[in-house]
Amino acid sequence: MGQRAEWVGPAGLGGASGVSGGAGCGRCRGRRCPGDGRSPSRQCWWPLPLPEPEWPPLLPRVAASQGGGMLGKGVVGGGGGTKAPKPSFVSYVRPEEIHTNEKEVTEKEVTLHLLPGEQLLCEASTVLKYVQEDSCQRGIYGKLVCTDFKIAFLGDDESALDNDETQFKNKVIGENDITLHCVDQIYGVFDEKKKTLFGQLKKYPEKLIIHCKDLRVFHFCLRYTKEEEVKRIVSGIIHHTQAPKLLKRLFLFSYAAAARNSTATDPKNHTVMFETLQDWCWELERTKGNMKYKAVRVNEGYRVSERLPEYFVVPTPLPEEDVPRFQGHGIPMWCWSCHNGCALLKMSALPKEQDDAVLQVQKSFLDGVYKTIHRPPYEIVKTEDLSSSFLSLQDIQTAHSKFKQLFLIDNSTEFWDTDIKWFSLLESSSWLDIIRRCLKKAIEITECLEAQNMNVLLLEENASDLCCLISSLVQVMMDPHCRTRVGFQSLVQKEWIMGGHCFLDRCNHLRQSDKEEVPVFLLFLDCVWQLVHQHPPAFEFTETYLTVLSDSLYIPIFSTFFFNSPHQKDTNMHQRQLSLPLTQSKSSPKRGFFREETDHLIKNLLGKRISKLINSSDELQDNFREFYDSWHSKPTDYHGLLLPHIEGPEIKVWAQRYLRWIPEAQILGGGRVATMSKLLEMMEEVQSLQEKIDERHHGQVALQAEASSLLRASARLSSLFPFALLQRHSSKPVLPTSGWKALGDEEDLARREDESVDVGDL
Amino acid sequence: MASAPTSKYNSHSLENESIKRTSRDGVNWDLSEAVPRLPGETRVADKEVIYICPFNGPIKGRVYITNYRLYLRSLETPIFAFLNEEKFNVDGWLVYNPVEEYRRQGLPNHHWRITFINKCYELCDTYPSLLVVPYRASDEDLRRVATFRSRNRIPVLSWIHPENKTVIVRCSQPLVGMSGKRNKDDEKYLDVIRETNRQISKLTIYDARPNVNAVANKATGGGYESDDAYHNAELFFLDIHNIHVMRESLKKVKDIVYPNVEESHWLSSLESTHWLEHIKLVLTGAIQVADKVSSGKSSVLVHCSDGWDRTAQLTSLAMLMLDSFYRSIEGFEILVQKEWISFGHKFASRIGHGDKNHADADRSPIFLQFIDCVWQMSKQFPTAFEFNEQFLITILDHLYSCRFGTFLYNCESARERQKVTERTVSLWSLINSNKDKFKNPFYTKEINRVLYPVASMRHLELWVNYYIRWNPRIKQQQPNPVEQRYLELLALRDEYIKRLEELQLANSAKLSDPSTSPSSPSQMMPHVQTHF
Repeated sequence: MGQRAEWVGPAGLGGASGVSGGAGCGRCRGRRCPGDGRSPSRQCWWPLPLPEPEWPPLLPRVAASQGGGMLGKGVVGGGGGTKAPKPSFVSYVRPEEIHTNEKEVTEKEVTLHLLPGEQLLCEASTVLKYVQEDSCQRGIYGKLVCTDFKIAFLGDDESALDNDETQFKNKVIGENDITLHCVDQIYGVFDEKKKTLFGQLKKYPEKLIIHCKDLRVFHFCLRYTKEEEVKRIVSGIIHHTQAPKLLKRLFLFSYAAAARNSTATDPKNHTVMFETLQDWCWELERTKGNMKYKAVRVNEGYRVSERLPEYFVVPTPLPEEDVPRFQGHGIPMWCWSCHNGCALLKMSALPKEQDDAVLQVQKSFLDGVYKTIHRPPYEIVKTEDLSSSFLSLQDIQTAHSKFKQLFLIDNSTEFWDTDIKWFSLLESSSWLDIIRRCLKKAIEITECLEAQNMNVLLLEENASDLCCLISSLVQVMMDPHCRTRVGFQSLVQKEWIMGGHCFLDRCNHLRQSDKEEVPVFLLFLDCVWQLVHQHPPAFEFTETYLTVLSDSLYIPIFSTFFFNSPHQKDTNMHQRQLSLPLTQSKSSPKRGFFREETDHLIKNLLGKRISKLINSSDELQDNFREFYDSWHSKPTDYHGLLLPHIEGPEIKVWAQRYLRWIPEAQILGGGRVATMSKLLEMMEEVQSLQEKIDERHHGQVALQAEASSLLRASARLSSLFPFALLQRHSSKPVLPTSGWKALGDEEDLARREDESVDVGDL
Repeated sequence: MASAPTSKYNSHSLENESIKRTSRDGVNWDLSEAVPRLPGETRVADKEVIYICPFNGPIKGRVYITNYRLYLRSLETPIFAFLNEEKFNVDGWLVYNPVEEYRRQGLPNHHWRITFINKCYELCDTYPSLLVVPYRASDEDLRRVATFRSRNRIPVLSWIHPENKTVIVRCSQPLVGMSGKRNKDDEKYLDVIRETNRQISKLTIYDARPNVNAVANKATGGGYESDDAYHNAELFFLDIHNIHVMRESLKKVKDIVYPNVEESHWLSSLESTHWLEHIKLVLTGAIQVADKVSSGKSSVLVHCSDGWDRTAQLTSLAMLMLDSFYRSIEGFEILVQKEWISFGHKFASRIGHGDKNHADADRSPIFLQFIDCVWQMSKQFPTAFEFNEQFLITILDHLYSCRFGTFLYNCESARERQKVTERTVSLWSLINSNKDKFKNPFYTKEINRVLYPVASMRHLELWVNYYIRWNPRIKQQQPNPVEQRYLELLALRDEYIKRLEELQLANSAKLSDPSTSPSSPSQMMPHVQTHF
């Protein structure tokens, strides 16, 4: 039916380069991208397994100076994806009809693609993977394997046979691959009953259901698998995904060791890593913060604290000797400077003490610090205590676990049953409300910086969760540089990686404590998504970039999101070669996770100052409203300050991330991708025209490049593109199966006739 | 922008009218006065009165006493559309020509004929004069069938599939009643319809109502096609609620968006209006109709109670899904003109043009609901429609504005009596004379592509730009930034093409050998336009 359209994506979408920057593929149109399959190098840990369509001229001001090159990097990457696996037996029979005659199952040998350093741990054959299609399930036979990196199903989906879109496959994670870190929950089905699987099993299930953190749901039927193989694979999977792990067992170490011969970093990729003093100086210079703030090397070699980065920025008059006093606690650290000179600062609270004498010492220390930042040249400082007056991490955790359940859908019936009460389910998860509160807080802080010329000091126990979230959101809204791809990556590097966000604990990569698992970074990405969704032209990247970024949280090839602190990363990545025993991670403070036990000390110490500085909340509300309304009443300057809409109807579900694996939610030939691809086609056309003009100018009557080959019919892409490859193959519509909910008080209306006249007498 | 001429005309039009009329008598009237006076005639007094007319009932007016006469001027102003003197360079009344539209569908053919039996609206006063019926049914048959269908709205063809020749047929409910009456002619007629398509043995009947309502309708003489009477038909109920439920639902939508928009409980309050749930059911019904006709290869008969509310929604939406022609600007105008206006959707009763009784039980936002469904579809398929959101909003604005005659009156016969096409301007004149404003730049014309929207709450959303457009806080960026960027690129492309042509001209002049030029402008242009 011509349902599948060929697609040549923008910005290396086709390339789906394994590691490091999508932009790397941007320049090598048509050619094979030299960046493909590059292993991580020291300079560039940026994960971009699947690059995204980029926005056309984002920064005309900058781009204009490059002559005609204002179209940026919207070019096609080398399409050469990995070869599709060979077809194996595809079953159209329902499981019940299958005779377990082994000989009939003509299973061909399917090769398992292993990454450098990856090892096969266990496998089971004759596993049936269920595929949802047209509200009935069918099965595909294959082999289920578990390596030290992923769980993989080696069957063959017939879609891979004739699917042009396989070139958009993610090169690291195939359609049927689940990295061990991506596994969220494992269920077993015993006699039609679904149970969570963990620990040692006495009985092995006939069906395995795997819920993933990227919200995929896999169903594997083990009924036709040999018993010992079932035992091996099920216990293997459970062990390797759920048992606590040592840091040194993370796959990225085996990968890094095996893939030594890494190529040089792409010079085009200018993500600032903030690993050197120079990086911080540049940032100070860029934001003109260098008048009042200085980069310090007091923590070089992590002498002061293993929680802090080696280099960071503090107010110029602050004596460097103060930093080690409390291992960096109680020190205002610079995040960013606004055009008017106001700065966004963050500070981790001082350790809680009982001893009066110690308290006295802390108090006088803090007083000193506050004096420093209140004196000229500094503007007035407003302290924003994120530990006590804002969201708790537990709120975020609870909301997200409710929210994600709405998308982990086992079958069509479940989809339509929940559809009827969708909005109230969504609301009861509070996830969207939490997003709104984060955006609102960021607007409030923006208002202080922008309109009231105040410095803002964010305060949090370790300054590594909500501080990262709010400070980076403020920067995305205020600093257009952070809305470019490189700028955004640098921002994440600065605020999250160097800011010491405990990715290892927050993602629970080592399976050590479920309590610590809080999707703070994901919440940040979701907030940014709202901004991207509302103001797409203000960003160089698209939602696809954010979705891919969120996926890379669970791919242990990129070290970016697999450490708790820069110190932990440095020691481990360096010492790995020397095979020194790894020290247990010290810097994962368990205390203070639950905010109920509010830090009275800080309140006591800061109480006076805070009350002096903070306006009454009503006034704040008014200021906020005025600022918010006046911004929204003006036309948007995409290169300036950017505020989100935060009213009820404006906060939306990040559909691309959350609905992408659900076949029922697929719009064939529709969705935002339809307009996006039109836009990209037009960009390519404009670009090829431009090239022609350039050629003419240079008097070259050269051969015409086949520009039209880049342009493809795009209307038949599915809304799930580029993630799920047309899960629903037929053109049959999906129809809701559940009926109408009771109308309640409107029953009497419902029973009435449309017309008041009786038709009986006609 | 629409309001400016309206108010201008509102304040002066009456005078203009009276001046025109009287000046024909050759009498000089004083222009500044409300009452035209003869030379020497002076006003004595005037008073507001209600005149009880023996023929037309009470009329509100003002009585003027002069030294010459008593003069009563009615204060009841006619609907503005009759006074509107706007001129457009396109005549919107010519957009829809039923014969042409049926010819486009390949009709008549050897199974279906065009009948003029309703030329003077004596078969059915709420149907159009021109109907398409099975070739094998005689006019006499039609008359007998009419006695068994509510308000004589017999099954007639709305749309025929160009390939498999399955049809969408619309009508009203059969008059089965409590006693379970049967009518051989009706049964035979449906069988004739079924036989026009030889691919499947059953005719599919979609009754738009919930099952219980259809049963309850028996009490008032209506009902549905029972299995035992109609052996060759399969009946499904689509569970779409009646006009009263829809009206209440919209009222609740109004409550949650005005004056304040709920913030943290937005979603649950939205859910409590049920508005999107109704949209979902209407879309689901239409998808079923379209799917049956397209892949089920079965002809479909659609009705509700009278066949002018839910039926119009279902047939027109299904046709929009099936036939890409209706997704163009003129195609959509034809669809509205055909399925809604000519087939007697009671616009006057549902909207209440010029009627003060706002609590009237006949009011219901059925047409608005249809446009909302279209909007949901255009949202899901942003490249499939030639028109943009502004087009749909403009239609809705003029559904209520009375500036155009398009949506006045309940049916074609009434419009003909009032000479609407002669005395008023069509909305399509406004739109078609300024089409660019209503065009979707992303539109990609695709022939024979069936569009199935996903009728899930996950994809349905409240039409903020329509329902909440007056709230300054919710104000959406206009135009849409993605669209804006696309238009910029389009402009850039055109500029480059122009520059390239100029360069080529310059080059060929320099070389004085145009044949060596690798791509002449004439080659260039088609290349550029291939993907539009």
